[in-house]
Amino acid sequence: MITGILLLLLLLWLLTTRSGRQAWSVTQVGILTIPQRLGSSLVVVVGIAGVVGVLVAVLAMGAGFAATLKQTGSEDTAIVMRAGAQTELNSVLDHDTATLVSQMPQVMRDAQGVPIASPELVVVTSLPKKSTGLDANVELRGVGEHAWELRPALKLTAGRRFQTGLRELIVGKGARSQFAHVDIGSSIQLNRQSWTVVGIFESGDAYDSEIWGDAEIVGPTYRRGSSTTSVLVRLNDASAFDAFKAALASDPRLKVDAKTTRAYYSDQSSRLTRFINILGITIGSIMAIGAVFGALNTMYAAVAARTREIATLRAIGFRGTPVIVSVLLETMLLGLLGGVIGAGLAWLIFDHYTASTLGQNFSQVVFAFEVSPALLWTGLKWALVIGFIGGLFPALRAARQPVTAGLREL
Amino acid sequence: MKYLHLILSALFRRKTRTIFTLLSVLAAFLLFGLLDSVRSAFASAGNDIAGVDRLITVSRISFTLSLPKSLLDRIAATPGVAEVSYANWFGGIYQDPKNFFANEAVAPNFLDLYPEWQLSAAEREAFRKTRTGTVVGERLASQFHWKLGDKIPLEATIFPQKGGSNTWTFDLVGIFHEIDPKQKDEEQVLFFNWDYFDEARAFGNGDVGWYVSRVSDRKLAGRVAQAIDTLSADSDHETKTQTEQAFQASFISQFGDIGMIVAFIMGAVFFTLVLLTGNTMAQAVRERIPELAVLKTIGFSNRSVLLLLLSESILLIVLGGAAGLALAGVAVSALSANIGGALPMLPVGADIWLRGLALMLLIGLVVGSLPARRGMRLRIVDALAGR
Repeated sequence: MITGILLLLLLLWLLTTRSGRQAWSVTQVGILTIPQRLGSSLVVVVGIAGVVGVLVAVLAMGAGFAATLKQTGSEDTAIVMRAGAQTELNSVLDHDTATLVSQMPQVMRDAQGVPIASPELVVVTSLPKKSTGLDANVELRGVGEHAWELRPALKLTAGRRFQTGLRELIVGKGARSQFAHVDIGSSIQLNRQSWTVVGIFESGDAYDSEIWGDAEIVGPTYRRGSSTTSVLVRLNDASAFDAFKAALASDPRLKVDAKTTRAYYSDQSSRLTRFINILGITIGSIMAIGAVFGALNTMYAAVAARTREIATLRAIGFRGTPVIVSVLLETMLLGLLGGVIGAGLAWLIFDHYTASTLGQNFSQVVFAFEVSPALLWTGLKWALVIGFIGGLFPALRAARQPVTAGLREL
Repeated sequence: MKYLHLILSALFRRKTRTIFTLLSVLAAFLLFGLLDSVRSAFASAGNDIAGVDRLITVSRISFTLSLPKSLLDRIAATPGVAEVSYANWFGGIYQDPKNFFANEAVAPNFLDLYPEWQLSAAEREAFRKTRTGTVVGERLASQFHWKLGDKIPLEATIFPQKGGSNTWTFDLVGIFHEIDPKQKDEEQVLFFNWDYFDEARAFGNGDVGWYVSRVSDRKLAGRVAQAIDTLSADSDHETKTQTEQAFQASFISQFGDIGMIVAFIMGAVFFTLVLLTGNTMAQAVRERIPELAVLKTIGFSNRSVLLLLLSESILLIVLGGAAGLALAGVAVSALSANIGGALPMLPVGADIWLRGLALMLLIGLVVGSLPARRGMRLRIVDALAGR
């Protein structure tokens, strides 16, 4: 917004005032002579492209991770875990607790009057990764029969759902892309039992990194009996959450915490996202410092090469401001070009690039880099600022040069 | 060496330009130092020399699953096992989830298996005697300004106490320090007594998170690991035993391909650096063509001119690069003292310097080669005539 207003003001000044028109014509001369200084101008462009490319790519990694987790869950479904457990992996709920939670009046019921609740058991198993061949952890979620209604976004893209009571699994799209031997028909060994993959699902969020099976069969396989790690419930509506939380807290039989599923997944992303952002900005800043000095070198040389020309302009009545503005504009244009190249390359190479890292449940979270328009704009702003700083000091020198000395220069 | 003065005066012929270029090189190598420090910290996590004779035994299904304590005596009786101990992951939170650090309940002899963690005999004894005692690494203690005698409350995330309370309070009785400066990250941990933990926890009593055993001969590690896994084969708690190195390496690799990310960033950095300094060197040679011709006139051979110009560009990169790496060294020690466990970093030591210097020489050669060739091929007559 502010940038837009500034741009508009600059444009008005260039077009309407006398000194503005002078600045514009000097800038044109500068730009037209760029081909004579192609090598050094290229340094500014490539230097800034490098900064913007790296910055955008690293921030896109953080944004992609955050987006994957933040898209998961909704305001009108809640997750209930044992008090104090920050993640499902840390939580244990016994069968009675799970039943009590689903019986709360704030939980929506289906046409048959059955609460829409899914007691779920999250365990971790290790499978070899495609990229390294090394074992990595994958989240295995045993779900109840209402799990599907609680995640309307989840769709099967191939095969079918697992049958209750059978050792069958369905694999998320992300998990399938990262792990070896998890295609339909593959069998997976879990605690010496063979399970068959019967379907692939996609929900565009954190669940894509998981493998699902029937909770009632996963439990015994992992010696967890009928206990679960969490209960997911659909609330009557989003506003019922506070009442639901209060009802759980006031029941002396329960020692549990409730969060909306949206809040639960957002919290999981905040630490890593913040960390990646700090990292990206630190790396970007150090690179930007390098690029600023490169731009300074180039523009000092450019100004030096045009000493006589600038002195002539001054002699025939051009003021200092147009000269300063023209050098600044030239550097910022070079910077903008670099920014567009860098951001464009980052977008071409990294938008939707899939990667995975260790999430809060000690298992792989698969996510895609997200090069959003906002991020591209951030990159361009950095490019303009680097161009501005790199052009400022050479511009001031150009304007301060004594006219007489400049004219005598060879 | 006798031409050093000549090279230096050529380099600083245009002071501002050289200084700006040096600062660009400095920024690039500052970044190289920082990133390589992080990369090598991840790479060396599985290469702790002290850990080569230790085996880690976890559940085969997943290391998050626990094992029965009954395995202890059977592992101890396995030929080749000199000593065995066990521990549980506690996962407690100190004040805020952001203050993440490892905290583990450990058996009485656990610290004996880690001679690289130095703890005075008196503090060791106090830990053994104080039921609610805790021992922490020096870096963790300084991060939270803990001193001996402090009470440290942890909020349980996995294990509530029998009464249902989530708050466990420990008495700080010892602070250990790691002798290997490269493994200082291992000081980011809190230990407390397994016996107290097992008595007070609400569930899981008698279960052990993992076993760690020291083998009497590290050459037999593979065979001993197999023997340990055979103990529980075909039971419903099969185990997977690996050297500590392999265990850590596979855990670290799950964070992602740090090496690739670093390579990508440094690729972009060095590409722009080559272009930038290449341009500077080209300018420098262009301006000096008449001077170079004079050099040749007074008897400098083509080869010496080539070498002079190459040395000039190498010197430019090495001066800036060395300053950048030195700065990275300062930054790394300041960072690891302050943010500690948030990001593992190794001190900028000899190996990083060697890699850095090799890169500097390489970039110096690449950058200098074109301008230097131009200087070498100069024909005196043309150059003096300004053609």
